[in-house]
Parts: sequence; C-alpha cells; structure tokens
Amino acid sequence: MTERRVKRSRSLLSDFLIHIHPRTVPVETIRFSLSFGLGGMAATLLCVLFFTGLFQLLMYAPGIDTAYQSIQLMYTEIPLGGWVRNIHFWAGNLLVIVVFLHLLRVFLTGAIGDRRQLNWIVGLVLLFLVLFANFSGYLLPWDQLAYWAVTIFTGMLGYIPFCGTALMQLLRGGNEVGAYTLANFYAIHVGIIPFFFVIFCVWHFWLVRKAGGLVQVNGSDKGENLRVPAVPDLVSREAAVGLGLVGVLLLFASVIDAPLAEPANPAMSPNPAKAAWYFLGLQELLMHLHPAIVICVIPVLCLVVLVLLPYTKNAVLPAGKWFGGKGESIKFVGGLGGGAVVTFVFVFLDDMITRTADSQQSAADFWLRGIIPLLFFVLVLFVLRRLLLKKWNVSQPAVVLVLAGIVIGIILSLTIIGIWFRGPGMQLVVPIG
Amino acid sequence: MESGNDHQPGVTGRNRRTFLNRLWAFFGVLACIEVGWLGSSILRSRKTRSKSANSNEPVEAGSIDDFKPGSVTPIPRGQFYLACLEDGSFLALSRTCTHLGCSVPWDDKELKFICPCHGSTFNMRGEALTSPATRPLDYYPLRIENGMVKVFASTGKRRDSFEPEQTVRI
Repeated sequence: MTERRVKRSRSLLSDFLIHIHPRTVPVETIRFSLSFGLGGMAATLLCVLFFTGLFQLLMYAPGIDTAYQSIQLMYTEIPLGGWVRNIHFWAGNLLVIVVFLHLLRVFLTGAIGDRRQLNWIVGLVLLFLVLFANFSGYLLPWDQLAYWAVTIFTGMLGYIPFCGTALMQLLRGGNEVGAYTLANFYAIHVGIIPFFFVIFCVWHFWLVRKAGGLVQVNGSDKGENLRVPAVPDLVSREAAVGLGLVGVLLLFASVIDAPLAEPANPAMSPNPAKAAWYFLGLQELLMHLHPAIVICVIPVLCLVVLVLLPYTKNAVLPAGKWFGGKGESIKFVGGLGGGAVVTFVFVFLDDMITRTADSQQSAADFWLRGIIPLLFFVLVLFVLRRLLLKKWNVSQPAVVLVLAGIVIGIILSLTIIGIWFRGPGMQLVVPIG
Repeated sequence: MESGNDHQPGVTGRNRRTFLNRLWAFFGVLACIEVGWLGSSILRSRKTRSKSANSNEPVEAGSIDDFKPGSVTPIPRGQFYLACLEDGSFLALSRTCTHLGCSVPWDDKELKFICPCHGSTFNMRGEALTSPATRPLDYYPLRIENGMVKVFASTGKRRDSFEPEQTVRI
C-alpha cells in the first residue's frame, strides 16, 4: 500500500520534470557556454525567494513601530531567522544581476527573432517585476537605508510631468513616506508582485517551449540524430547549475549578513543618501541632466527601443552564436569600453563645471541640460552608425553590437560611479577600501 | 414543437446563444467597473485619510522674544524651521529638500541649509542657492497672537520664489 503510494509520488515528481521539458532536446542547446544557465538560475533564485519569503512572513511584523524590531529579533531570538533573511536579501540582489545578464545573453545570441519576439516582451515585464520586487522589499526593514532610499526614489517619480505628483502620492499613500507607505509596499511585495510573477513566468517558459527550446543556429535542427533525451541529459545539467547556485548562496548568506542600518529617522538624512544600487545610474544621471528628461524621457526612450528591438529589421543578431560569430566579440567590448570612457570623462567634466560655477538653475535648463544633450547624443549614435556602415564597411549585425555596447557601457559606468565614486554630499570621491 | 428548437441549432438557438454571450460580456464589463470603482474609491480615500491625520490646529513655536533677527530655529514638534529674517519678520520653512525629499539641516556657521544628500543649499529665506534643487523650500502659513508665533504646519505651501507676503511681521 505505502510502497505503491511512494512509487506513485515518485512518478508524479518525475512526470512533472519530464513534462515541463520536451522529450528530447538538440544536443547543441544544452552546451553550458550557450546560455550559462542564466534563465535557470533566475528561476532557481525565484523559488528560493518564494520560500524564504514565506518563512519571513512568519517572522516579520509590518508596521512602522514593529518592523525594525522584528528584523532584529530574526537575528537574536529566532533560530536561523537571520540566515533566512540573508538568503532572501542576497538572492534578491543576485537576481537583478542574473536577469540583466540573461537579457544580455538572449540579445547577444540572437534569441529574440522569429518566434521569440513576444517572449522578449514577456521577459521585459519580468525584468520590471524583478526591479519592482527588489525596490518594494527594500523599504520593509524600516531602517535609515530603506527609508531614505525610498524617499529619494519616490521623490524622483515626482518629476514625471503631469502625473508625477499623483504617482508619488499613490505609492507613498500620502505626501510623506510613512505608515501607509509601508503598508503599500508590504502589499505590493508579498501579494501583488508574486501573483504576477507566477503568471508571467509560466507564460515565459511556455513560449520557450513553443519556440522549440533554446535558440540554435538556423537550419541545424534538421538532423534528428543530434537530439538527446531531456532526462537525464538536460535535467542533470539543470540540477548541477541550480543546486550549485543554491549551495553557494546558502554559504554566502551564512557568512555575510544583509545590511541593517539604524532605525528610520525622518528628521535626519544620512550623508550621502542613495537610492538602491540598481537605481544609482539613474540618480547619477539626475545630477547632470534635467529631471524631466532623466525620469521620464530617457526611460521611455529605452523602453521603446527595447520593445521594438525584435521587430526591427537588421537589429536582431544571427541566431545561436554569441556575438553572431567568432571574433565579433571585440566590437561589443570596444563599444562597451568606449561608452564607459566617454561617460567617466563627461561626468568628471560636468562635475567640475557645475560645482565651481555654483550656478542658479533656470528655465533654460530644460533645453541646455535636457533636450539639446539628448538630441546630440542620438545624433552622435546615428552618425556613428552611418560611418560604420558606409565608410568602414562594418556588417549590419556588428553595428548593432557596437551601438548596444556603447549604451550598456554608459549604463554600467553610471551605476558604478553612483555606487562607488560618490561620497558625502554626493561629491566625486576615489573609492578606497 | 418548441422543445425541438433546443436540440437543433436553428435560428432561435443561435440568437439565444448570441444573447447569452452578450449577457456574459455585459456582466463581465459590469464586474470590471465595480472592481475599478472599489479600487479607485479606496485609493481616493487615502488622500483625505492623510489629511485628517494632521489636524488644522496650529503649532506654538514660542514667544517672539525667543527669536533673534537673522536666526533659524528648528521646531521638532512641528517638523519645521522658524526663520526670523534680518528685518524681524517671521517665516516658517519646511525641512524637506525640494530636490528629492531629504531632510535639510541648518548650518549655523555657513548660515545656509545644506542638504546632505545631493549638496543643494538654501538661504535663510528658503531660496535655492545651489543646484540640483531649483525650487525654494516650502513654507507654512503662520500667525502671531499675543506675542506667540503659531504655525499651521499641516500642509506646506509650494512656491516658485520668495515673496514678502509669505512672512509675518510683528
């Protein structure tokens, strides 16, 4: 009787494993160096976050008078409570990095064309969910770090033309970050976001299956003899990556505690007060350009480009090979380096000028520090694209590589400057220690 | 005769199906409107909620003799600053930086508000001296009664520049 039940439950498990995979997979697509298992890592981290989140629901007391203390109790009173919080914190931050790399991988291996266009859009929604989940969880400890990061970010939203103030008040549940903000963020973090995660993840996976699994070089899926059974070939690889990742994560979380600053004090801002690290590129840009441009125009522009990318002729790289072929990576890395160098120089020069001029800002700033630099930047990209295509006879995919490299280089270096090169009073500093 | 129509998908059967489908769609739309109305009424109630939390009672900042001309005093109870300008008029200033909402401390040596977050500075009248902030600090209406300064610190008033009407003279 029990034996049969054990057998049935075992077959349930293996049935489930078999059915979320195809019966056989092309041997080419299970190469680790094709995907680096990034999508699987993201899914694994989501599972970890889900379970550690459930545990934390049993320990955390939402409310501005109780939240901070309940987090302290996780470390002092509850066995392994602090460890669970550490795992959740590090998994959440790692997830931001992993999904960013996953997005890069998908783009650089040309896995956004043909039947994968819609899935790219679903992936973008998931990226937004990851960022929003991280950000909404950031406030919950109700410490100085959380309080001011959320004050600053919701303050940034206030600069969106027309609906900014309303949006800010909606998120804050009032004019200031307070009890209702915490209630809002708690509801968003533990209710609304996980709900959408489940829906969009299932959709994401299903669309991968519909597109015939992972991306491969066009036409190479003809030979049926190049396929291997998903169990055990694929599943064992997935298990190796997933379990390895969880192992490293648990060890890391047992050694390094998630940060917890002083309890939130609305009367005193820490110096410097920074947003969460994944928003620091935006905060850095805010120091140089007009707020309406940084908070509204640039993000909308980025979103439009990202959404249209798979539908644009010639913007999709050749499928199945990194950078579209051997020896092409240098173009991407070159763009990356170029974008980074230009960003560092511009940030430094602009900082020198504005800090010394002590200038009063005026209405002309919308043009001088907004529209004109933005148009100039777009123009530079267009001229560069033309030069590469016409003058230097670079192939179309390689041009896409260079331009993408430049943009990603700028985003990365802005974030790096924001994290490490901004000290007290947001002055430029050299990071030591 | 009539019951035969139930089994044969004739003209009436199709009509009935169309009618029922439309009915479902109608109820669906109705349900969406109800949920939307519920959600928006909850969201709208929050604005009045945060307003009613702050009563309209003024905060007593202190006697006018306590403040020297050319000084700025933090009033922790009302979470604002009371500035006594050079000409002896009073101005109640919000402590929230107009850039991104940090709390600005008053620097007694430099005679400026210096925001710790992004380095914006404001003078005694709340005017922005250094970017990134461009707008002056919000101010609160105040009244002087029987030699006491009373500030209505529930909602800060936005302004684009300093005007003498924002201050109160004795």
